[in-house]
Amino acid sequence: MSKDIKVALIGNPNTGKTSVFNTLTGLKQKVGNYPGITVEKKIGLCKLSRGVKAHILDLPGTYSLNTTSLDESVAVELLLNKNAPDFPDVAVVVSDVENLKRNLLLFTQIKDLKIPSILAINMADRMDYKGISLDIPKMEKLLNTKIALLSTRKNTGIEELKTLIEKYKELPKSENLDISVIDPSYFKRLKNAFPGEDLYKLWVVITQDVNFTPLDKKDIQSQSPFEIKSGAELKRLQHKETILRYQYINGILKETYSVDRQAAKGWRAGLDKILTHKIFGYLIFFVILLTIFQAIYDWSSVPMDFIDEQFAAASEWVKNTLPPGVFTNLIAEGVVAGIGGIVIFIPQIAFLFFFIAILEESGYMSRVVFLMDRLMRPFGLSGKSVVPLISGTACAIPAVMATRNIENWKERLITILVVPFTTCSARLPVYLIIIALVIPEGRLMGLSYQALTLMSLYLLGFAASILAAKVLHQILKVRSRSFFMVEMPNYKWPLWKNVFYTVVEKTKSFVYGAGKIILAISIVLWFLGSNGFSDEFKNAEQIVTERVAQEGLSPNSQAFVSNKLEEFTATMPMNITADGSLTPSAAVQDSLSILQADLRTRVINQEIASYRLEHSFIGKMGKFIEPVVRPLGYDWKIGIAVLTSFAAREVFVGTLATIYSVGNDEEETIKNRMSAEVKADGQPLFNLASGVSLMLFYAFAMQCMSTLAIVKRETNSWKWPLLQLGFMTIIAYLTALTAYQLLS
Amino acid sequence: MVFTVAHLKRGEKGIIKEFRQDVLPIKLLELGCLPGNQVELIQIAPLKDPIYINVNGSHIAIRRSVALQIELEPIAGHE
Repeated sequence: MSKDIKVALIGNPNTGKTSVFNTLTGLKQKVGNYPGITVEKKIGLCKLSRGVKAHILDLPGTYSLNTTSLDESVAVELLLNKNAPDFPDVAVVVSDVENLKRNLLLFTQIKDLKIPSILAINMADRMDYKGISLDIPKMEKLLNTKIALLSTRKNTGIEELKTLIEKYKELPKSENLDISVIDPSYFKRLKNAFPGEDLYKLWVVITQDVNFTPLDKKDIQSQSPFEIKSGAELKRLQHKETILRYQYINGILKETYSVDRQAAKGWRAGLDKILTHKIFGYLIFFVILLTIFQAIYDWSSVPMDFIDEQFAAASEWVKNTLPPGVFTNLIAEGVVAGIGGIVIFIPQIAFLFFFIAILEESGYMSRVVFLMDRLMRPFGLSGKSVVPLISGTACAIPAVMATRNIENWKERLITILVVPFTTCSARLPVYLIIIALVIPEGRLMGLSYQALTLMSLYLLGFAASILAAKVLHQILKVRSRSFFMVEMPNYKWPLWKNVFYTVVEKTKSFVYGAGKIILAISIVLWFLGSNGFSDEFKNAEQIVTERVAQEGLSPNSQAFVSNKLEEFTATMPMNITADGSLTPSAAVQDSLSILQADLRTRVINQEIASYRLEHSFIGKMGKFIEPVVRPLGYDWKIGIAVLTSFAAREVFVGTLATIYSVGNDEEETIKNRMSAEVKADGQPLFNLASGVSLMLFYAFAMQCMSTLAIVKRETNSWKWPLLQLGFMTIIAYLTALTAYQLLS
Repeated sequence: MVFTVAHLKRGEKGIIKEFRQDVLPIKLLELGCLPGNQVELIQIAPLKDPIYINVNGSHIAIRRSVALQIELEPIAGHE
């Protein structure tokens, strides 16, 4: 068996490098992080002829080996370290036929590292369109390399590239340029100080901002015969290097590359005029945002309901199939429900990334950055923060994942930290029920108070995220480059293949990356809610049954039963008897008593569930935290609901339903039951003060374990999600406290 | 007054003369922002920032603060 070939795919951003990667590897990809940092690492497998396998490593896009970001330094570090396990046998430098000149800069640098390199010229399908002609054989000779001219769009040239990879041993290893001409005396001293080392490699190491093993920069600087250059001097030399390389490249392209400007066509100018226009640009962007938002919000509700039903059915099935016991409950209510809680997010993630991939692929995203950069800058955010912030209004999880497009780490981090303030769809059930309870029905200038309250909550979410960003921008000390530059690529039709891969990859990364944590927390919460150590918990069924036998049903349950019976009698067919009065037929009488028995069983079960929850671990915890939440206007029942809704905000309503022993599906009943709830002094528990306090608490608190899990995954540390949980909970508590104390 | 990229109007062009700041970000140079090359201003965002230019075939957007550092030789009329 022959040895597997290690290939590094490297290239400028916007050259279709990812398309080449997808075409070579198909779905045989593994996406992870480089150890300890948040830079994405993608490896894929490509089958060559005669059973030879190539491991393709997709390096982060970079314009050159002069790194200015963490992403780029990952690429460079790999190419410098011959002992790294991923060190490539061959580098494939992907370039775009339209920007060949600029792309060759990186190519010559990689050649100078003496790594066998193939030049893959992508987007060959655009040559006719742009009037470009190339002399490939001559270019191969001048650059001393092999060239694959390919088009991932038209699927041409891929086999040729594979053949070149297979024969990588035949590639010349020689360098293109002699770097020492930019400062001969300096390089001579460098050579004397490190006789065994390659000069260009030394130079790249010296000019990196990060230290590499085994060659340490400090080590170089401590060498006495060697004069240290200041940062500014080094940069000036880098400028000289760049100019030198461009001279070399221009010389080659003059002989091999020509553009017939007459034949060149393009929509760039026309589209740019509209899409970056002061007014139309923003209008179009706004419409696109609305569409995306609508899609995540509306279109995903159908698949989400479906998933919800399927998992409820699966949980039921497990309960009915397996022998009853703790283990069955763990599977049915802990594990199956927990997995359901992960899968339910897939539609939203898929929809958001479907749109983001289209925006990125088409080149439009750069225009968004151009339009929004100045407006977002005062808040420490990037033009690219806009899409995550808006899509956070549907769900924070895909929004946090969408921040991957923000290159600047500080801007990305701030965006991740503030996105959960935006009003996500999980807050809606909480808001709606509380608004219905505590906000009067009147109107102000034709707008109902209730609608205005809901709108204010949305605006509050945005204001909170922007303000939090501003504050974080001031206090976060994160090392990050402030230099801003966005390439404005040509407009292109999105490659559906790439859109598809993005959606699949993001979904996988959520399910495997954050899924474990979500599952673990939901099992813990399930355990706390369905186990207890007290006798009350263990004998809940007996205690409640005895109580019902002695005292009858609770007033609330009685009211519920009689309501249901009335509803039923109102609809049933009547017989007119001889004396003219109405009586139900015998059959109806029977069904009525069956219904009555059913309802009785149901309310007794609800009362048992309520009693159980009250005496479970989490019920005890709710009672324990009552002194903490009482200043906010909550009792221990709300305390329990706040604790359980840490899983997800909408759980709040369900928990209250259980604890008030009403059915989960009876929204009207829950509302009636809530409004009937009174405090010790006979005043309603849910009044304006406690209602506003609750809404503010849910507006600001990080009540979502799934978001925490995805933040952990995206920042690769527990530090940021915990910080986020901390500051959001504090803000939530303080605002809720202030609101309740002022209003009550 | 020094004439820089930030002083161009939409559609205007200039030739890069020199950089006012001693050390300009290396990325700009790599994208072809070198003395002697031509710059065309394509679009300016509201508040005059950022600035969208075409330099040596590279279409990029840069911030105003950087654009003010790139000194130009104005070109009369069009090519």
